[in-house]
Amino acid sequence: MSVVAAPDRDGEAHDRAALALTWATPRGLRGWLSTANHKAVATRYVVSAFVFFALAGVLALIMRLQLAWPESRLIGPDLYNQIFTVHGSTMMFLFAVPVMEAMGIYLVPLMIGTRNVAFPRMNAFGYWTYLIGGGLLWIAFLLNVGPDTGWFSYVPLAGPAYAAGKRVDIWAQMITFTEIAALVAGVEIVVTTLKFRCPGMSLNRIPLLVWAMLVMALMVIFAMPAIMIASTMLAMDRLVDTHFFNPAEGGDVLLWQHLFWFFGHPEVYIIFVPATGFVSSLITAFARRPIFGYPAMVLALISTGFLGFGLWVHHMFATGLPQLGESFFTAASMMIAIPSGIQVFCWLATLRSGRIVVRAPLLFALGFIALFVLGGLTGVMVAAVPFDLQAHDTYFVVAHFHYVLVGGAVFPLLGAILFWLPKMTGRMPSESLGRWSFAVLFVGFNLTFFPMHRLGLAGMPRRVYTYLAQTGWAGGNLLASAGAGVMAVGVLLFAANIAWTPGRGTPAGADPWGADTLEWSVPSPPPAYNFVYLPVVESRTPLWTTPTPAVVTGLRTDVPEVLVTDAIDATPDHRHVLDGPSMWPLLTALASGIGVIVAIFTPWGVTLGAVLLLITLTGWFWPRGVPVSDTARERA
Amino acid sequence: MRRATLDVSALPSLVFGARAPIWWGVVGLLLIEGTALALVAAAYLYLRLNFEAWPPPGTPPPRLGAATADLVVLLASVLPMALVDRAARREARRPAWLALLVVIALGAVSLALRIPEFHALGCRWDSHAYGSVVWTTLGMHTAHVLTSTVENVLLAALLLAGPLERKHYVDVHVNALYWYFVAGTWTLVYALVFLGARWL
Amino acid sequence: MTRVALTLALTALGGCAGRPAALDPAGPQAARIAGFWSLLLAVSIAVSVVVLAVLLDALARRRGGSLPPPPAVDPRLERRLTFGVAAAVVLTAVLLLFLFVASLRTARALNALGEPDALTVEVTGHQWWWEVEYWDSAPARRVRTANEIHVPVGRPVLVKTRSADVIHSLWAPRLAGKKDLLPQHATSLWMQADRPGMFDGQCAEFCGHQHAHMRLTVVAEAPEAFQTWLAHQRTPAAEPTEPALLHGREVFLAGPCALCHTIAGTTAAARLGPDLTHLASRTTLAAGTLPNDLGALAAWLVDPQSVKPGVHMPPAALPPRDFQALVAYLGSLR
Repeated sequence: MSVVAAPDRDGEAHDRAALALTWATPRGLRGWLSTANHKAVATRYVVSAFVFFALAGVLALIMRLQLAWPESRLIGPDLYNQIFTVHGSTMMFLFAVPVMEAMGIYLVPLMIGTRNVAFPRMNAFGYWTYLIGGGLLWIAFLLNVGPDTGWFSYVPLAGPAYAAGKRVDIWAQMITFTEIAALVAGVEIVVTTLKFRCPGMSLNRIPLLVWAMLVMALMVIFAMPAIMIASTMLAMDRLVDTHFFNPAEGGDVLLWQHLFWFFGHPEVYIIFVPATGFVSSLITAFARRPIFGYPAMVLALISTGFLGFGLWVHHMFATGLPQLGESFFTAASMMIAIPSGIQVFCWLATLRSGRIVVRAPLLFALGFIALFVLGGLTGVMVAAVPFDLQAHDTYFVVAHFHYVLVGGAVFPLLGAILFWLPKMTGRMPSESLGRWSFAVLFVGFNLTFFPMHRLGLAGMPRRVYTYLAQTGWAGGNLLASAGAGVMAVGVLLFAANIAWTPGRGTPAGADPWGADTLEWSVPSPPPAYNFVYLPVVESRTPLWTTPTPAVVTGLRTDVPEVLVTDAIDATPDHRHVLDGPSMWPLLTALASGIGVIVAIFTPWGVTLGAVLLLITLTGWFWPRGVPVSDTARERA
Repeated sequence: MRRATLDVSALPSLVFGARAPIWWGVVGLLLIEGTALALVAAAYLYLRLNFEAWPPPGTPPPRLGAATADLVVLLASVLPMALVDRAARREARRPAWLALLVVIALGAVSLALRIPEFHALGCRWDSHAYGSVVWTTLGMHTAHVLTSTVENVLLAALLLAGPLERKHYVDVHVNALYWYFVAGTWTLVYALVFLGARWL
Repeated sequence: MTRVALTLALTALGGCAGRPAALDPAGPQAARIAGFWSLLLAVSIAVSVVVLAVLLDALARRRGGSLPPPPAVDPRLERRLTFGVAAAVVLTAVLLLFLFVASLRTARALNALGEPDALTVEVTGHQWWWEVEYWDSAPARRVRTANEIHVPVGRPVLVKTRSADVIHSLWAPRLAGKKDLLPQHATSLWMQADRPGMFDGQCAEFCGHQHAHMRLTVVAEAPEAFQTWLAHQRTPAAEPTEPALLHGREVFLAGPCALCHTIAGTTAAARLGPDLTHLASRTTLAAGTLPNDLGALAAWLVDPQSVKPGVHMPPAALPPRDFQALVAYLGSLR
């Protein structure tokens, strides 16, 4: 006998209790290991990503300490090469993409009015896989077998002839883990966004953040395979003597670069696009109006997604490619500034025509605009082949990409954390600590990276563990290193704010910012089931337009049932029961993890992994529900 | 509290095709795998530029017998899989597993043919870049045939022995998509690896 | 605190004194790029100023206090904003088109430098030094040196680049943009110095442990001086006259040195390491890492790992008398 939800007062209390029971995660360690709740998985994903951010940040501080003086003997080349490789790999593979996807995993179901992601157990599997990959990289580094050929791992330097030992193989398999996790999260976000939106939330009504996450997730699906193929080819060249990158047997060193950058360029847009989603949410809330130009913003996001795949050769301008080809990529690389520009102009129009109230999260969004415009402009500069031939592989590029990645992605992320922390924890962060952390970070960031533009033009290449005194680079380096110290203080202030909040922050309530999107209509923190009754929306800003919306009734509360709607206009289509908690995702991650790690040493690891996976996947999908001769109530 | 309500209790809970989230999940997987295969094909064409003769001297063009037979087998297997698909949609248990057993048998034949196909390449993966890329292409597709066949076996066992739930019919139905992918990509792999060596 | 701040400020300013190399061109390639940079910089400054102005203007209208309810949308304002944003987008596209055309024209000009029968220098990258060979149709007239490229002032020089191991990148910012050295595909770069001088460069593609110490010097001299230099480089090594130098040459030839290095006029003809025939005529040692004097040479030979950890050259494990003779001999190879 199924229980149907009905929203009169007694019914609502009854439904709430039933939902709490149905969607609960078991208690204790087993519950923690087996949860399939998107908020729990996403929260630990975000926390883990920030731990990696801090670790990679410490590596950056060590590098800046080494480079603060010419010919410093603090760190030798072998350790330095590991440090910059692990710094880059951690920031790109273990922090930036995972944290953006994790924010999507947390926010998207809430913003579109559903209870969980499309495949809850697969989501958990993705997290465990990511954690194993991150652990692999850092344990290797701490054992002095960390990869040391750069996060981009060019061959032949990273090939079997010049990179001895297992360092690069560990890097290649870390890639495997993190890309599987990224692909899993990507599929989750696409399917959840397209099929699980609440009634009335047609595609032209979804929040810009959800559009951003959708575009990002689609980019992940098409970009990640390139790095998986490339790293697998590299692993095979090293382990079983294939010749993909061996010129002596017809392989090609540039093949690596093409494959890597076909992934690598979309990768940075995968990181940047969700950040633009955060900015849209923040500006909407603190300018008190919807973002100007919604259709243009959506078109800008979609065209960024497509264009991002057409730029990769601009990383290879110095390799002697035909001039006509290079010109095409210059044009494409400049053209992508147009959709980015559209977004910036729409945000500026929103700010100009709204009623701005300054809060710490908004400061991060404003800082983003300033820093991203600078980074975008230097991007246009290096898009041009003639100038790139001077700036490529110098500290000018280091400056450029930190402006667009830290300024363009981390600043919005930090603002987003402060903005949604009340929702996640039920407490308000400290406003003054938030403002101070912004100010210190903004100053520290510019102090660190602005001098690097000049250092690059002065002749300082990248990835150097030291430099001679007579180069004249000492002044700029000392300034940058001082700036890094200031940045570290800013990060600590921000971290202190986050740490302080759950215990001491004022209770937030459901909607402390008076914002417009659906996540602000549920309690803070949200219950496991998100909404007692799924809402029906009528506009892009549901909470501003319809504070007491119509709601969906008729979903069962005794099983984890959600509503699946039409992909375009979100008309209700059918009812769907989601997976609950399970240990199998963890066990499957361990199974594939064992296989991948053994494969660092012998190709039989693949076979071992396949066998273990067969066992765990069978366990995962083993039927244990209601047999066919069921419910007369059901209609196919 | 009186609020307007939208009652969805009359909606079905078992749907097929693009209405079902799992369909989208499988399509996502196929896009990922398809992109990966396309990139390996691109690598094949890129590496071709490094050679005067293709295959390189000392390596004959791959013999076509086993691969062509495989092409016939896999294309033929699409029909019984389509029957599985149809039976699943109608929740017809016996026709579903009967047709699935035929697909499994054809899958087993395809897997058996892989051995002569690898031999037919006429070189090892470590002979030269040509060897590396053709072994990898063939190997990737073989992995898909293997995985898909194992999945077919597990689903057939479920259909035969149970405990079968209604939602498993949706799984059987979307599993067909993976098999269509396997058969479809074989035509491309066949063209690239076995015919490409003669035409490119 | 103030002392620290002052020191930082002064060092920063000191670092700001003088133009950075890429913007201080000594040849037409770098000059064209520097001119193009001025255009890029001007556009960038203009755009930044406008964006920041709009941002600050919007901020100036902010309200204090709590978050008000969202206002109703004003259609007239929306229309004006639409016009403004559209204009900004069009202006952006126009600016980008302008910059793209400027980029194309600069690229064409860069690719137009060159002349038939130009001086051709072949540079081969090694971990972690530059092998430089002056091509000549007669093999006996070819000159091989290391880590220094001499060029005549005012003439375009074709630098053909390849690598013997991993990917490197040749870059002398005051003269030209960079070009990667690949182990497989030949690349090349045209370069010209318009004034005499020494122009520093450094490897610009991460190539392993001593990527940081793979520097090179481009020495531009008047055409006659260049020819004199080239002619001298063609001569075999000076025949030692003093006993100490003779002994040094014996030590060189009898020991492991001859397994990797060439000294023309002796039996040492290996090419794994730099050609040492005219070692003492070069301005630096160890690819720009050390000055070229006897003390530095001795330090380099006795313990290369302390100068360039990871370098492939083994230490010269010799009794002191032999070692001193070796250093003296090498120091005499002008």
